Amino acid sequence: MITLEDVHKSFGSNHVLRGVDLHVPKGTSMVIIGGSGTGKSITIKAVLGLVTPDRGKITVDGTDITRADRDAFLARFGMLFQGGALFDSLPVWQNVAFRLLRGSLKRPREEARAIAVEKLRRVGLTEDVADRLPAELSGGMQKRVGLARAIAADPEIIFFDEPTTGLDPIMAGVINDLIREIVTEMGATAVTITHDMSSVRAIADNVAMLHEGVIKWTGPVADMDAAGDPYVDQFIHGRATGPIAAVR
Amino acid sequence: MKFLAAIGAATLGLLAAVGRVTLYAAQTLGHLVRPPFYFRELAIALLHIGWLSLPVVGLTAVFTGGALALQIYAGGARFNAEAVVPQIVAIGMVRELGPVLVGLMIAARVTSSIAAEIATMKVTEQIDALVTLSTHPMKYLTVPRVLAATLVVPLLVAVGDVIGIAGGWAVATGTLGFNPAAYLKNTMNFLEVRDVVSSLAKGGVFGFIAALMGCYFGMNSGRGAQGVGRATKGSVEAAAILILAANFVLTGVFFSL
Repeated sequence: MITLEDVHKSFGSNHVLRGVDLHVPKGTSMVIIGGSGTGKSITIKAVLGLVTPDRGKITVDGTDITRADRDAFLARFGMLFQGGALFDSLPVWQNVAFRLLRGSLKRPREEARAIAVEKLRRVGLTEDVADRLPAELSGGMQKRVGLARAIAADPEIIFFDEPTTGLDPIMAGVINDLIREIVTEMGATAVTITHDMSSVRAIADNVAMLHEGVIKWTGPVADMDAAGDPYVDQFIHGRATGPIAAVR
Repeated sequence: MKFLAAIGAATLGLLAAVGRVTLYAAQTLGHLVRPPFYFRELAIALLHIGWLSLPVVGLTAVFTGGALALQIYAGGARFNAEAVVPQIVAIGMVRELGPVLVGLMIAARVTSSIAAEIATMKVTEQIDALVTLSTHPMKYLTVPRVLAATLVVPLLVAVGDVIGIAGGWAVATGTLGFNPAAYLKNTMNFLEVRDVVSSLAKGGVFGFIAALMGCYFGMNSGRGAQGVGRATKGSVEAAAILILAANFVLTGVFFSL
């Protein structure tokens, strides 16, 4: 279980997180929704230790993340970044197998490549992609390579940051289905950030609405439409009027 | 009062920047001696910083050596000292021009490239991705580049020194009427071990500065294309100034003390 308690984070005078409380049960898929600049990415970066909260506590399976062994802690995670964040200088297969080529999870090069090819196949890419550079791939293919990298070391917890942003609806649907399948198949705990309501419905077990640095509503995806929360209601229907200012 | 406050703020800003760079350098040295070591990245950095810089270093040195021979010949003619061309070219190239010009060319070519590459990695979240993949960005990106530059720039300086002297030799023997064998003999007889050692030591220090500045500015770049541009520009400016300042200090250490 991932738990955030009263997490605050500011950048200068910009108070991004103002007391986030969130519980993600083990083996479930939580989707965090909210407008741009509301702190969704900072929330998952805080869990990973990429940003340090000013206040509050984050635990994973009861262990405070600031006290966990860093390498062992990160080895439990996979992350798909919004832009893919693939390493330009490495071919696709070395991106996917990055963790398997160095560090505590290091495998022989041939074995690492075989795993990378298998993971690429899992996300619908053929072996001929393996030796290409990321710049030679389309946006959708880069997302899938990022997804393959996120699952390469069979992580217990996977974070997806805007997995369908910038993709056409068909490719977005493919990515959504892949995420759902992978999470179900691997039994992983997943946290996804998105604005895309079709992704929410395809991926989520539970949904959390983040606005102005706090969680306004959280509950099962089945309850989202009847949540009765004005923030959730405005967001899921994409209305310009309501408690969320259209101009921020 | 506002004027004094502005001076105070600028001084504090400068001291803070010096502190951050010093801390970054200390962290780099700390990681340099602690595993894991990324030998593949070191080999790639050696290739990029060393081998691929050879053409620009060679061309800079050969033209500088040739021009130096012409200047010394013309200047020496004013007091009948044209014969000192081999000695002055040798001492000028080995003690000063070789290391400084190679250092500045490395700052232009390598520092800018490192800063732009790492800044782009930061902007596109590749640095964050490295962390999530259990890889320390300083160990993976900074240490191999700084180590490679520290090891290989002295070799580039040595090559630059030799090519610079060769450029002077070619001009002096080709157009100024010097005897080829006598020119080389005078050059070899005049140079001291201390000249060569100072040249190579300067190369090591300049290489360290050049790569460190590229990494530091890249890692601390702002957002977007403007952030990458500023990081690149700042890295080259800082590297060039620090190289020239370090050259002054090292010249004092080797030749005035």
